[in-house]
Amino acid sequence: MKRSSWAIPYSIFLMLFVVLPLVLVAVYAFSDGHGGVTISNLTTFFTDPKIIGSFLVSLEVALENTLICILIGYPVAYILADKKYNKSATTAMLFIAPMAINALMRTMATAEIFNMAGIPLGKGTLIFGMVYDYLPFMIFPIYNVLDKMDKSYVEAAQDLGASPMTAFRKVTLPLSLPGVLSGAMMVFMPTVSTFAVSEILTNNRIMLFGSVINEQFNNLMWNQGAALSFVMLIIIGITMFVGNDSKEEDAGGLVL
Amino acid sequence: MNRDDIIINIEHVSKSFGDKKVLDDINLYVKKGEFITFLGPSGCGKTTLLRLIAGFLDADSGTITMEGKDIDGIPPYMRPLNTVFQRYALFPHLDVYDNIAFGLKLNNVPEDEIEARVMKVLKLVSMNDYEDRDVNSLSGGQQQRIAIARAIVNRPKVLLLDEPLAALDLKMRKDMQIELKEMHKKLGITFIYVTHDQEEALTLSDTIVVLNEGRIQQIGTPTDIYNEPQNEFVADFIGESNILNGTMIADKKVSFIGHEFECVDEGFGENVPVDVVVRPEDIYIMNQLKGAQFSGEVKSCIFKGVHYEMTVETDNGFELMIQDYNAFEVGSTVGMFVKPVDIQVMKKACTANVFKGVMTSLNTVEILGCEYECPETPGISKDDEVNVEVDFDKVDLLDNKDDAPQFGNVSFILYKGDRYHLTIVTPEGYHVLADTHDVWDKNDIVGIKILPQDMKITKA
Repeated sequence: MKRSSWAIPYSIFLMLFVVLPLVLVAVYAFSDGHGGVTISNLTTFFTDPKIIGSFLVSLEVALENTLICILIGYPVAYILADKKYNKSATTAMLFIAPMAINALMRTMATAEIFNMAGIPLGKGTLIFGMVYDYLPFMIFPIYNVLDKMDKSYVEAAQDLGASPMTAFRKVTLPLSLPGVLSGAMMVFMPTVSTFAVSEILTNNRIMLFGSVINEQFNNLMWNQGAALSFVMLIIIGITMFVGNDSKEEDAGGLVL
Repeated sequence: MNRDDIIINIEHVSKSFGDKKVLDDINLYVKKGEFITFLGPSGCGKTTLLRLIAGFLDADSGTITMEGKDIDGIPPYMRPLNTVFQRYALFPHLDVYDNIAFGLKLNNVPEDEIEARVMKVLKLVSMNDYEDRDVNSLSGGQQQRIAIARAIVNRPKVLLLDEPLAALDLKMRKDMQIELKEMHKKLGITFIYVTHDQEEALTLSDTIVVLNEGRIQQIGTPTDIYNEPQNEFVADFIGESNILNGTMIADKKVSFIGHEFECVDEGFGENVPVDVVVRPEDIYIMNQLKGAQFSGEVKSCIFKGVHYEMTVETDNGFELMIQDYNAFEVGSTVGMFVKPVDIQVMKKACTANVFKGVMTSLNTVEILGCEYECPETPGISKDDEVNVEVDFDKVDLLDNKDDAPQFGNVSFILYKGDRYHLTIVTPEGYHVLADTHDVWDKNDIVGIKILPQDMKITKA
């Protein structure tokens, strides 16, 4: 048996569960539901103010979520990776422990807490829930990069006259950017496409792009939903492409 | 010694990591402009000492002064010295030029001066035209040169080098040694160099500091260290040597391997046990017995390139290593002699083990952190503090550590021509010296058995 034939089961799996669905999304996006080819499904994305509006809101929420995750996640990752403060690897594992709980349950519990505390659900609670959900995805790639970074880089910088702050700014930070980039990619796009979190934490007051797509499918508007998914796919593709390009060779931040 | 000539002075410096004492009462000074090397096996504390000087670690006790000023508490970035790191630590996100200019930019040196200095230093390390290169695209040797350039461009008063050539292949290492030596001459900066390679230390240094287990073993010029080692560790670590048990019969007269020899050492006293070092190239070997001081039989003969290395069993059953340009046939009888000046006599650190202990009953004593059976001794009762003396050859080493009250790790092995002299360290850090004919390897775990009749107990 040739070695390359070991790949056959995986190829079949890929064809069935990755390539075929993607092709189907594209086919549905460009058909009118009666066998004809059309681009009207796509043009509604730009013409329907409700859709384009929720898309812009989604981008805004995703951007805010990503920034907050970086602001909170970087210091946490930095402390976790510093052997002076964190002597065991278990502490780092504790930070991904919440991921083991079902996301829906977590979100509903969060919403209940807000209700109990009498905090009205809205944009603030949405951002809180998003950060809570996605923070581990930001911490881990940054932690990975910082943890593997040769400590002698910082020592070399200090040896050459850099104060600890300058050494961080000129050496640690630029060298850990690949991790930040990986984290941003793992936070930004999922935020745009999520729907459960926004529905539960805003009582459907704020509709993210994912919710819009979900709504289309719920109303059996398969072609419109597929078209919007197709737009998402293209945007994800672009961000991945840009991300990979600027990462060059030794990023290694992705954990998944 | 003129105090102005001293750039770094280290006094009573000790450092521990947890329970492990890495440096124990280090005293040394570094002269301005000299090339000084800290030499020792891995784990001897040499890198720790360097990091103390660089400021990455703080000493537990003692003082380090630089040009007369105590530098304790001064952070690394304020110290007028630069380091060449073992794995170079070149910044991967900067190109060659920005790596070298890193320190100058931090000190706000004007842009045109930075450029001039970077170009000059690149030329010095023979790397002109490499300024735009990505550091990851350079070979190990090239990265090494850039690391040196990055350090010396700041014109430090002292350059610290932490095993800078360890990652290079042999040929490259030899070339870089010569270049380093020339650079040192040209720059006039004080070099403090750390290495475990004794040949490198002998080639490069003005002064060598030999370290082992956190203590200074000897400080001296390369020729001093090689020709007149002060103890068996230095003799064994630097170059090849025959280390033998001997007796100083009188001034200029020493006996070893069952023969009496003339030597040049005096002042040891009469009939004092000593260690004798004879370098393999200092034993003259010939095919006749006329004119020989002793005879022997060639056991093996290996070609080593420049010379042949032979093992000879002497008439009294001692094994000697001899190097000579001529080969001698295995099995043949040869005559040998050693010139008085080539015999190096060293005082023995101790002639028997002396353990401090406490009597736990009339015939048991706690030594080495364990209870051992011992003979009843008149005048010594329970709870007395005692000294227990055990000869080296009376320490029994056992394969199975559970068969003896205490066990230890073989940390140092010395072949003495007819026996092995082992240093065994117990988990609590006690040192036990043992002579044995059995072959053990370094880091073997052995049981330490001592028979009651081999203990001599005296009140402490």
